[in-house]
Amino acid sequence: MADTAIADAAEQVLASRPDKAQLIEKLVAKLPEHVVLHAEEDLRPFECDGLSAYRKLPMIVVLPETIEQVQIAMQVCYANDVAVVARGAGTGLSGGALPMENGVLLSLAKFKKILDIDTANRRATVQPGVRNLAISEAVSDLGLYYAPDPSSQIACSIGGNVAENSGGVHCLKYGLTTHNIVELEIVTVEGERMTIGSEALDTPGYDLLALMTGSEGLLGVIVQVVVKLLPKPERAQVVLAAFDDVRKAGDAVAAIIQAGIVPAGLEMLDNPAIVATEEFVHADYPTDAAAILLCEVDGTHAEVDEHIADVREVVEREGATEVRVSRDDAERAIFWAGRKAAFPAMGRISPDYYCMDGTIPRKALADVLIGIGELSKKYGQRVANVFHAGDGNLHPLILYDANIEGELERTEEFGGAICELCLEHGGTITGEHGVGVEKIDQMCVQFPPDELTQFHAVKQAFDSKGLLNPGKAVPTLHRCAEFGAMHVHNGELPFPELERL
Amino acid sequence: MQTSIIPQLRDTPDGEEADRILRACTHCGFCTATCPTYQLLGDERDSPRGRIYLIKQVLEGEKPTQKTQTHLDRCLTCRACETTCPSGVEYAKLADIGRDLVDQQVERPRHERVLRWLLRHIVAYRNRFAFFFALGHIFKPLLVGPLAPLKQKMPPRRKALAWPKAENAQRTMIVLDGCVQPVAAPNTNAHAARIFSQLGVRLVAPKASGCCGALSQHLAHREEANDFARRNIDAWWPYIEDGAEAIVLTASGCGASVVEYGHMLRNDPEYAEKAARVSALARDLSDVLAEEDLSQLGDLGHGRQVAYHPPCTLQNAPQLHDNVAEILTQAGYQLTHVRDPHLCCGSAGTYSILQPTMANELRSNKLASLQAGDPDVIVTANIGCQLHLESAAGVPVRHWIELLEPAVAA
Repeated sequence: MADTAIADAAEQVLASRPDKAQLIEKLVAKLPEHVVLHAEEDLRPFECDGLSAYRKLPMIVVLPETIEQVQIAMQVCYANDVAVVARGAGTGLSGGALPMENGVLLSLAKFKKILDIDTANRRATVQPGVRNLAISEAVSDLGLYYAPDPSSQIACSIGGNVAENSGGVHCLKYGLTTHNIVELEIVTVEGERMTIGSEALDTPGYDLLALMTGSEGLLGVIVQVVVKLLPKPERAQVVLAAFDDVRKAGDAVAAIIQAGIVPAGLEMLDNPAIVATEEFVHADYPTDAAAILLCEVDGTHAEVDEHIADVREVVEREGATEVRVSRDDAERAIFWAGRKAAFPAMGRISPDYYCMDGTIPRKALADVLIGIGELSKKYGQRVANVFHAGDGNLHPLILYDANIEGELERTEEFGGAICELCLEHGGTITGEHGVGVEKIDQMCVQFPPDELTQFHAVKQAFDSKGLLNPGKAVPTLHRCAEFGAMHVHNGELPFPELERL
Repeated sequence: MQTSIIPQLRDTPDGEEADRILRACTHCGFCTATCPTYQLLGDERDSPRGRIYLIKQVLEGEKPTQKTQTHLDRCLTCRACETTCPSGVEYAKLADIGRDLVDQQVERPRHERVLRWLLRHIVAYRNRFAFFFALGHIFKPLLVGPLAPLKQKMPPRRKALAWPKAENAQRTMIVLDGCVQPVAAPNTNAHAARIFSQLGVRLVAPKASGCCGALSQHLAHREEANDFARRNIDAWWPYIEDGAEAIVLTASGCGASVVEYGHMLRNDPEYAEKAARVSALARDLSDVLAEEDLSQLGDLGHGRQVAYHPPCTLQNAPQLHDNVAEILTQAGYQLTHVRDPHLCCGSAGTYSILQPTMANELRSNKLASLQAGDPDVIVTANIGCQLHLESAAGVPVRHWIELLEPAVAA
């Protein structure tokens, strides 16, 4: 059975003890010496990505400068059964690029070139290490932009965006990464180059492009991306609405969508988040509000005028205590600046934060937010909420101090409880940050064993040895059984059919 | 970020400060986006976040090697990362601590030691620098090997203008004369003094003041930098007691250093208070002038095209405010569009001499964006940037204050 085979392969890779010295020798034989890092001093800065709560010293880091070098690294690792973790800008929030002590970390950060801008077809061909925002900056003079805009867009790279199927403020209207790319070039686990998708809008056969997007480095290494470019809207304007009650703000979100408005972005910040970001951006957010909504509409002047009036009417009806409309693009940028810098700004009010990514149906927003508030009291830890309200994509930020013993563990447990709360309300455990290592156990709650088995069959088709980013994104049934043993719900054991160790 | 600084460091002022800074960092990576060296090299170890990690290792007791030293050396200390960081990580302060610690443990090769010693003992002293500057012009052909970058950097000798008398001025401000600027560009302060005198302000440059200390600070000799700070405070103090309104910095690199005096000497009981006062009085030239009525200067630019390069220190040092673009526009100049104004030109104090390869690559990129708008003149607000850009630019590179003098502007 495919699952047993892949599970065995994965377990073997995770537990393997490759000969480091020998592997270095083999890599250096075919690669320039300076692209292969192996001394602890050099490796340490790579031990974590944007989720610094999880750290592992990689065995070796390879910093290739050409696609040929990527291929060589993959070939050597494949021949020696060594696991490979690919990494872009290292800004991910689910530990997707967490290295392995017995594996190679493959950094694509040197691939920073925009190779081609095709204005006639509104496409750009870019290398995977190009920053998300750099694409929009490069085509701004042409009146174009790249739509998906994760909050880390200043730093995160397009390769990582594809691997995680990143969203962002504007994905409510313009879709996720998967809706905004047309072609990928990958290097397979065996070290071969392969093109997936095409410049045409549709291709026959299975939609492998969609499969590859969001596969978290489990199916191949992305070395080139063709993205779609959109014309910049004639105008965009933001409404900032303040509420004295989280429930009212949550209900206003559902009401806006219900009114038939498709905002370009619809975001919410609760009071702790407002206070922390205001310190950094000075966007003049109302710091006494229980929550604020930022609702952007874009389009032609007439459309925007009409929708701004509609949004204003809806939020006022839902009990907004204050409504502001951005007067120009500069003010619009300031309204957004707070939202975009909200996560790291938590560094100002807490030494560490842990970001969750659950997604729920919009109508459950208020209930889940209130539920999170109750959990916060139960665990005795502060939570700030900053999120894509329009998509129902929550980002509770649990504040903690990693230097206090036991706090991280309690935080993880708290995070798990939030994930499960989302599932109870018909949601999912991740909206856009990916599963990584962080939410892998909650995958066992979201998917029954049969579905996980099918996931493993897909993995088997691309990577039969299980060498690509093992231990992330899709849990083995074995792992689920162990996790289930710790979380007994109503006296029922999940996966009762599995033998427990 | 979690930290476990070794006990013998943890309770020292440096250890405490480093811990505070490290704990603010959330490892989000935003800083990598605006770091000039990471943008060129794509190596985590050449990014602010990577360097923070390298420094953290040393603070946690790992013995560094030349590799850590190299990655710290490659940092320009432009502080673009600080303005990008949403968590308020004071990177430059951490870098100073880290460089000091690493230099104590890793001996540099002989030629580096010699070059660094020379920079600290010659460049930072106005008279010695003037002597070698004159000598250098005579022996220019002999500057080879590790000294070759000096040849290229050597600006032409300029004739010094007279300072105005300003006997009737009611107001007084102090101007820092510094070390390199009075020799390499003696007229920057003279132009400033002439413009101030038109505005009824007497600008004084006390003779006993000198290098701001930035040079030593960046070469990991912080105690030496503190001594320079004390010397300047002593030189300025009588004027401050006499009611000098401000300490005007015409080179933003020095400005970024003087605004830190309060911090640098915070643990010195004799100077802490005075240093804090000095830092509070320190302001960039453009910031001071922006408050004056400049309409009497009239239309000097007549629409001439100017490309402005804002120095990193003016963009990123928290207490310095940049009003150059506004002032030049008001004076009738047309500012051209310059891409990526946040990226360093590669000068960065002694960086262009110690890291010529990287510095020259940054300079080529910077000049390409500065010249894209086809300007008549490039202006900047820091002597380091001015000399570095001038040595490779096809158009004149000036301190912006020169454009406010009718004789020069014409």
